[in-house]
Amino acid sequence: MIRSFAEWFEQAEAAGVSLAEFVERREVKETGVPREAIRKRIEDTLTVMRGAVAEGLAESATSPSGLTGGRSGRLAADGPRLLGDDFTTMLSRAIATLETNARMGLIMATPTAGAAGVVPAVLLTLAPLRGWSEERLVDAMLVAGGTGIIIADRASIAGAGGGCQAETGSAAAMASAAVTWLEGGDSQQVGTAVALTIQGMLGLICDPVAGLVEIPCAYRNASAAVNAVASAEMALAGLDFPIPVDQVVDVMGDVGTKMDVRFRETALGGLAATPAGQEIAAQAGMTELVQLQRKGRTKGEGSARFGPS
Amino acid sequence: MTTLFDILGPRMVGPSSSHTAGACRLGYVAQAILGGMPDRAVVGLHGSFAMTGEGHGTRIAITGGLLGHTPDDERLRGAEREATEKGLEIEFSTVDLGDDAHPNSAVFEVVRGAERIAITGCSIGGGQIRVLEIDGFAVDLSGSLPTIVVVADDVPGTVARITGLIAERGLNVATVRVDRTGRGERALMTIETDEDVPVTVLEELAAQSWVHWIRNVHRLNA
Repeated sequence: MIRSFAEWFEQAEAAGVSLAEFVERREVKETGVPREAIRKRIEDTLTVMRGAVAEGLAESATSPSGLTGGRSGRLAADGPRLLGDDFTTMLSRAIATLETNARMGLIMATPTAGAAGVVPAVLLTLAPLRGWSEERLVDAMLVAGGTGIIIADRASIAGAGGGCQAETGSAAAMASAAVTWLEGGDSQQVGTAVALTIQGMLGLICDPVAGLVEIPCAYRNASAAVNAVASAEMALAGLDFPIPVDQVVDVMGDVGTKMDVRFRETALGGLAATPAGQEIAAQAGMTELVQLQRKGRTKGEGSARFGPS
Repeated sequence: MTTLFDILGPRMVGPSSSHTAGACRLGYVAQAILGGMPDRAVVGLHGSFAMTGEGHGTRIAITGGLLGHTPDDERLRGAEREATEKGLEIEFSTVDLGDDAHPNSAVFEVVRGAERIAITGCSIGGGQIRVLEIDGFAVDLSGSLPTIVVVADDVPGTVARITGLIAERGLNVATVRVDRTGRGERALMTIETDEDVPVTVLEELAAQSWVHWIRNVHRLNA
């Protein structure tokens, strides 16, 4: 069990193993699954991720709700390339996974379905640019996984638990840790990358229009991917962050539990409760939801039992 | 405890890990505890499950789970039709489990032949679930490890005899949880093990006079 980033970094160093190897050994020890099987399963994970991206980019049909579909392809084709091809590619891949997800297609919920676009967009776009082998990508996924485990146990990875900061924020933190580590960052820099990512997303609410994992989720995955790469870039340059990563994660957890329930995936606040959001929900036939949105409150308000326990 | 593949996954059919994958797992666990696909299921959806479940395919996913499908099974999309074909009758309703209940909670009453079981559970995010109640007994079942559920006489030594039988086969018991209806009546035990308990061991346990019923719930993310 890893309870904190500090513990992960210290124990890996004490054991003389890399952060990736530490996570791998822990998994072998705690599940009894052999190392090769774990790595094979991560390779399969990458295959599903690639498939979800490809399907999202190729398919122009909309989701059953009509809210998403075809945007990733349009971005890939028509984006003006403000920061070059790769930037546009990364954004379109993040959106593509969410479009596949909305069509009840097969995805890897890393760490959740609503944030599934971030890790693949970042890692699959940077891999050829930075010359990472498949083997190294598997290692990077172990680092991403270790990061997500700590955040899930210390704070939350669920929108219903802690808002969007807990979902796309955790996904971005995982991606930025993986990139920083693969690019030769030390433990300190990996921690800084995670801290920088999360501080930039603190307080982000989960307000899915009509309660669907589509809008703003698809766009938030794209912006989270940008945040992940930006944080890795700054951490790798040696920029520091004065608040230790574990304390930043705890703040995210604290903000999440104090967040009004309307902003935790209930679709009763934020963009979901705007006049335009209500209209979309009404068109989708969600009459009970619209009634509650109009009342501006919900049963269960103030409830304390949210999130992984 | 969160494991690596809780985070790198689950591999699942969209759109929501909590409202689709978690919902499917709750249905799956309900049928596993029942001992197979129910003939009839009455499912109450609470909170966010009831309110936004429609757009997330929550009902479709629960139906697929009750059919024995896991969240990554692409047959989920057609679960409603499959249920009709296989004679699985499902009735959904909205329930209010109170403010303390997790917003993504569901109550199941599942019937298979003469067997009838009530289960309450919730989907806590990332596709992970907790079963909190089985037939009025308090439990805390996550499915992250292979789990056996046993209802037995609540007499001294019952827990030791069951875990002893399992340990004799070289299987490691991870956790044991017991809840009982009253002293000397019946107790429900959930026993998590590191590996699946072989059928022979389950049969041996089931043959004991003081064991009323036993079920095997496979590890969910395997």
